[in-house]
Amino acid sequence: MKFFKSLTTGQRTIALSLGFMLVLSIVRLFTNADDITSSGTISSTLRVATPILLAGLAGVWAERVGIVNIGIEGMMIIGTWFGAYGAWKWGSWAGIALAIFAGSLVGLLHALATVRFNVNHVVSGIAINILAAGSTEYLSIIFFKGQKGGGESQSPAGKGGYGEFDMPFLSGGRIGSWRSPDILGWLEKKHDLPLLPDLAGVLRGLVSDIYVPTIVAIALVPITAYILWRTRFGLRVRSSGESPQAGESLGVSINRLRYQAMAISGGLAAFGGAYLSTVFTSTYRQGQTGGQGYIGLATTIFGNWNPFGVFRGAILFGFPSALKFRDEKNVPSLLLVIAVILIALGVVSLMKNKQILTMGLFIGSAISAATYFLVDDVPQEFVAATPYIVTILVLAGAQQQLRPPAYAGIPYRAGENH
Amino acid sequence: MKNPRLQRMLVTSASSLLAVFVALCICAVILLITGKDPIEAYRTLFGAAGETKVLQGALNRATPLMISAAAVAIGFKMNLFNIGVEGQMRVALLATAVAGAAVDLPAPLHILFCLVVAMASGAIWAGIAGWLKVKRGVNEVISTIMLNFVALSLVAWAFDSFFRAESTTGSLLVKTKELPTSAWFPDIVERRLNGMFFVAILVLVLFYVLVWKTKFGFQLRASGANAGASRVTGVNPKRMVMISMLLSGALAGLVGMRALLGDVHAYQNNLAEQQGFNGIAVALLGRNHPLGIFISALLFGYLGEASGRLQLIDIPKEITTIMTGIIVLAVVIINEAVKRWDDRRIQHKAALALESAAVPA
Repeated sequence: MKFFKSLTTGQRTIALSLGFMLVLSIVRLFTNADDITSSGTISSTLRVATPILLAGLAGVWAERVGIVNIGIEGMMIIGTWFGAYGAWKWGSWAGIALAIFAGSLVGLLHALATVRFNVNHVVSGIAINILAAGSTEYLSIIFFKGQKGGGESQSPAGKGGYGEFDMPFLSGGRIGSWRSPDILGWLEKKHDLPLLPDLAGVLRGLVSDIYVPTIVAIALVPITAYILWRTRFGLRVRSSGESPQAGESLGVSINRLRYQAMAISGGLAAFGGAYLSTVFTSTYRQGQTGGQGYIGLATTIFGNWNPFGVFRGAILFGFPSALKFRDEKNVPSLLLVIAVILIALGVVSLMKNKQILTMGLFIGSAISAATYFLVDDVPQEFVAATPYIVTILVLAGAQQQLRPPAYAGIPYRAGENH
Repeated sequence: MKNPRLQRMLVTSASSLLAVFVALCICAVILLITGKDPIEAYRTLFGAAGETKVLQGALNRATPLMISAAAVAIGFKMNLFNIGVEGQMRVALLATAVAGAAVDLPAPLHILFCLVVAMASGAIWAGIAGWLKVKRGVNEVISTIMLNFVALSLVAWAFDSFFRAESTTGSLLVKTKELPTSAWFPDIVERRLNGMFFVAILVLVLFYVLVWKTKFGFQLRASGANAGASRVTGVNPKRMVMISMLLSGALAGLVGMRALLGDVHAYQNNLAEQQGFNGIAVALLGRNHPLGIFISALLFGYLGEASGRLQLIDIPKEITTIMTGIIVLAVVIINEAVKRWDDRRIQHKAALALESAAVPA
């Protein structure tokens, strides 16, 4: 315990990830569920997690500036439609650009309602969700119906082509026309070894078969963190979410900041939507977001309003779906992973002398392990519900560790509330 | 115009009317931009108002909206935002469909049994959010959103794994075992208007009595308006949160009953979909008042019923969804503006009164 505390945050993260890898490796050797650490699973986790990550970042920008954004889902829906429209007319990147533009306009609408007109943030978010759903359905009938490949609830296929990226030497990417050796791929196939193939698989998953927009989305994590914590603009944004009066008294225009941050938030959410309709698939379909905006909101909370935390959350929430997507048989082995992790947490809490918590964790672990031996298949519905249940549990159990922006959602008008 | 209560009521109704008007104007602009004729659209949309069939359909569609709006409004009265009506309704739908098909009772008792099961199961699901709020301090907006999705998954899974029945009619739609006819809620007008309409009216009346005419209602409103002050008078705000959440959930359980007991008589996927969400818009437009909710529910019910006509003149009926969204935004914006204007007016009046009182001295 003391040793662990002496480590820096970076070292701790590495130690914890290595520990997690070890757990996965042991479970893999035990269950022969080779896919749980295969590069294919990891790269599809990144694909599934990208829109959730972007929606979560949208949540961070909104809440950090002090505006609760229930409308992320609606902004994503707008993104799916405009992304598909742009991709169909001009090509994929144009689609994403158009979606980001449309999304920021919706973000500005949310800001207009909440900042200028002082509307309850939740009500405005709900209105945006209704408006987004209604207007995309309306626009689809006008623009997509009767087009080749399009229909009342579906767009024609976009002009695809983002290019996927493989890292040379590590995962067999090309340099010019020469195909470099796939070192990690070779290591990954040595399934009998412990840990090594798992590490290779995960690393290879991170550097092979990645869509370029996914790289952009991941890059936005440190960029967001840098802007919010290392620039003057970011400091002001956070002051607006923590204590707008204080910012205002120092001459910061809170209202303008809120418009700016909400435009960014809307743009990010719509990027996530456009990713769904132009990268993940090549058409817009009605209802495509399927609540991913709300999962994004959940990752904002799960990630403690911090971009890196949001990244963790998006990966965590994306992993089971990706695993399910690849091969259903691998999903139950996650139960064993959960069981081992719960035991580890139980040991930690035992060392902290929290008997009741320890008991709960051990019981949870036993249930999880028992379920593994009893079921052959984890129903899709449980995989789908996991992010929401985890968020509720985190909110219920770890409130003390959570630090939401103090002023998020509280009505504020410049010059008042003093 | 001396009566301040009457004055306030007039102001609120006027602002709600204004919101609808604004929404109509904005939608007209949208129609124009997309190359449709707004005048023809509105003539078609509202021209159907004279037809009995359309009106019956509107009342029928208004039935669940009234109940879900009341469920949302009872939360609002306590400053609680129950977005989870949809999920609570879904849990209640499956629970009632299963329990109702499992028992055998004479007609009125069977219906009553179903309604009680619906209310109880809705209340239990809402109670989770209430418990999280009271015991763990979890914001109910977030928890009810999350619980909506959990409910969706849970119900879909339970339905799929345990309660789907073999189809007897050869229909491809998968349903639960059909309810015995003793549990069918009778129609007022065959296949057009179900008797649940009267239940909805009863809900609104009871809602009015409970909130405005009882001690509990007074405590509820007081606690919602100022939890600190009402605690001083002996009202336990946590208890009020729990009770209003349970009440809200019980009403949410009733929302789907028109579709279940009065129409399909079995649970199927998508049954009564969105009726829980739509209650939020109705409650906002109706200003959380039973009369306002009644009128708004009629309006939205009518829009839903008549929107099909628009497709006959090649206008997407989804314009009414856009209209709903704009109405929600417009009504809260206008309310906020009116409240500020009203505050200033009262301040001004008080200042004048002070001045005139000060002059003789």
